[in-house]
Amino acid sequence: MTEEIIIAGFGGQGVLSMGKILTYSGLMQGQEVSWMPSYGPEMRGGTSNVTAIISDERISSPILTQYDTAIILNQQSMDKFESMVKKGGTLLYDPNGITRHPERTDINIYKVEATKIATEMGNAKVFNMVVLGAYLKIKPIVKMENVVKGLKKSIPARNHKLLPLNEEAIGKGMNALEKA
Amino acid sequence: MEKELRLMKGNEAIAEAAIRVGADAYFGYPITPQSEVIEYLMSEKPYERTGMVVLQAESEVAAINMIYGAAACGRMSMTSSSSPGISLKQEGISYIAGAELPCLILNVVRGGPGLGTIQPSQSDYFQSTKGGGHGDYRLIVLAPASVQEMYDFVELGFDLAFKYRNPVMIQSDGIIGQMMEKVEIGEQKQRRSPEEIIKQCPWATTGKPESRERNIITSLDLVAAKQEEFNLKLIKKYEEVKEKEVRYELINCDDAEYIIVAYGSSSRLSMKAMDILRAKGIKVGILRLITLFPFPTKIIAELTERVKGFLAVEMSAGQMVEDVRLAVQFKKPVEHFGRLGGVIPSPEEIVEALEQKIIGG
Amino acid sequence: MAEITIQDIIKEENLVYKKSKVMTDTTLSYCPGCGHGTAHRLIAEVIEEMGIQAETIGVSPVGCSVLMYNFLDVDFQQAAHGRAPAVATAIKRVMPEKYVFTYQGDGDLAAIGTAETIHACNRGENITIIFVNNGIYGMTGGQMAPTTLPGMPASTCPFGRDVEIMGNPLKMTELVSQLAGTYFVTRQSVHSPRNVRKAKKAIKMAFENQKLKRGVSFVEIVSNCNSGWKLNPVKANEWMEDNMFPFYPLGDIKVDGEIVSK
Repeated sequence: MTEEIIIAGFGGQGVLSMGKILTYSGLMQGQEVSWMPSYGPEMRGGTSNVTAIISDERISSPILTQYDTAIILNQQSMDKFESMVKKGGTLLYDPNGITRHPERTDINIYKVEATKIATEMGNAKVFNMVVLGAYLKIKPIVKMENVVKGLKKSIPARNHKLLPLNEEAIGKGMNALEKA
Repeated sequence: MEKELRLMKGNEAIAEAAIRVGADAYFGYPITPQSEVIEYLMSEKPYERTGMVVLQAESEVAAINMIYGAAACGRMSMTSSSSPGISLKQEGISYIAGAELPCLILNVVRGGPGLGTIQPSQSDYFQSTKGGGHGDYRLIVLAPASVQEMYDFVELGFDLAFKYRNPVMIQSDGIIGQMMEKVEIGEQKQRRSPEEIIKQCPWATTGKPESRERNIITSLDLVAAKQEEFNLKLIKKYEEVKEKEVRYELINCDDAEYIIVAYGSSSRLSMKAMDILRAKGIKVGILRLITLFPFPTKIIAELTERVKGFLAVEMSAGQMVEDVRLAVQFKKPVEHFGRLGGVIPSPEEIVEALEQKIIGG
Repeated sequence: MAEITIQDIIKEENLVYKKSKVMTDTTLSYCPGCGHGTAHRLIAEVIEEMGIQAETIGVSPVGCSVLMYNFLDVDFQQAAHGRAPAVATAIKRVMPEKYVFTYQGDGDLAAIGTAETIHACNRGENITIIFVNNGIYGMTGGQMAPTTLPGMPASTCPFGRDVEIMGNPLKMTELVSQLAGTYFVTRQSVHSPRNVRKAKKAIKMAFENQKLKRGVSFVEIVSNCNSGWKLNPVKANEWMEDNMFPFYPLGDIKVDGEIVSK
């Protein structure tokens, strides 16, 4: 199994940390992982994206132009990455702020109202965990117990009191997944 | 004991490794894309964990001269920078090579020349492998292709540096420095005691007891004939390094008709390209360089006898390819493919380059 | 009156001067009349008197004193031009109990090594810096130094230093005295027995201060360069008194961390 994912959105949406939690979860269950952020002038505000790969084998390139899954969280990223999903691959997005919805018919498209759910939960910061939950519903490549371990490793100890909230957000994301 | 696994950036892994292998000192100056090295060290307080000295210097020039000072005391000393900063360090690196001091230098290469870009590049190959500073000298150059190798090459680098009393460079780039991967962390090693250092490095300036002559660390000789004698001694050392320390990895080369020669992040991109090509039925293998100096001339010469051609993939205008050509001796086609200035080639572009330049060429 | 033989004179009680055992037997490479030899001797005597020969690491510069390691019998590192304070910083940081000193000329310390000097001083490294200022580049053949006086000729200002074109001489010692990291800053000379005694006292204090771990001890020695100045040794010393001392006044500038000069 190899799962090659691009997660893309605005800086501040927790794109990088979502990728980190996902890859850490893979590491926790003994898989090979890589996490490669876009870095450069664009990291100062604006868009942010990360390539996350989880595999049973040695990972070749950490940077890709074709993805099994694209998790898209703003319009710029939709414009850039929709075409880069492999045929038969998966696209997951939050419709909030999206003005042009995905149009491809040769891939599986899902949405999750993550912004809305996070707002309802009263903590915008769990947005990325709602998205993660939705993704794991589509592709349960990592076990929930390993996600919890990954969360613990990724979140600084002083924020561990927020672990239950994050787990709750993952659960809500799983339940809120819609096929587009 | 259970292995400790962590998800780490290459730049963090190298810093943690420095602490774990018992390094004595790090001196550096911030520059993108490697500032995480000193940031990580400072946040880890190695001066409390192991007694390791960490200091942010006023410049790259000062930092490399601090390395000179600490290395001349027999200490395991490390610095890191990125391309423009490594250019500034060349004076000190030349002096360190000239004084035969062991140290470890990390270059997280970015696009150039000049201030260039902060994105990944491999355009410092010539600088790393052909000397870099003034005078006839060489660095031993290691090229990690994963975060694990960033970690592992710290110990390997120090071992080689002390074995040959020569500066060792780890040439990485923004991809390997910035990405996170699984790293198996080694056990914390005890730093050597002052007595152990004196025993291991009897040449070091640790204070002159009655029992020995004073130790002098210098690269100066006013007599040309003596300097030549020293140059010949260095050449002999480099020949020994070439004989004993060549490291590389052959990936799917047994049945290969075409060989991609690459190192570091380019070898990772090339592995993806290889998968694509093999799926099309084209028998491609990869020669991944682990040491850039010494260069694996012999294995290339051997491969030359049984393959149809070579593609050198590097993020530069064509630097490593010159060494590949020297090894192939014009017996088989050798072509270069690379993107420049911080642009990362896609695996598909590598596929296309091999198909057009080598197979179709 | 009985005849006095040489054996009558060579007796322990008559000994007024002997070569420090910290000086080697290597013949000094300096020009006759140059102050470097005296400055070296004072450092050697201080090291011997303090009993720290086994604990001392020297750092020599690029300049006339590049070969200083041939003359003092202690462990030595030869630094790149101007970088001695950075080199010494590292030596002291990895071996905090050792005595570490740099010996630098004006080109080394006040031109190419300005950044290293300022920052080592500002960080308050517990080292001793001996700064020999003769207002000229001696080794390379008498070029203008950052400390060359206004109007003073040198091979790269053959008609005298024109400050309009070449800028002003740099008073590095006053400058570093203003930094929080310096603990002892003084300016001395070694051209007369009286000054030699005072300079030795200052050098000794500069080494002893390392025990306190209170920052840099910085000793400038205003010296001559009769070759570069194209004067004989006696005339060079007179010229130094008449021209160098008014611009670079002798005396302590900072003692025990407090500015003491007016």
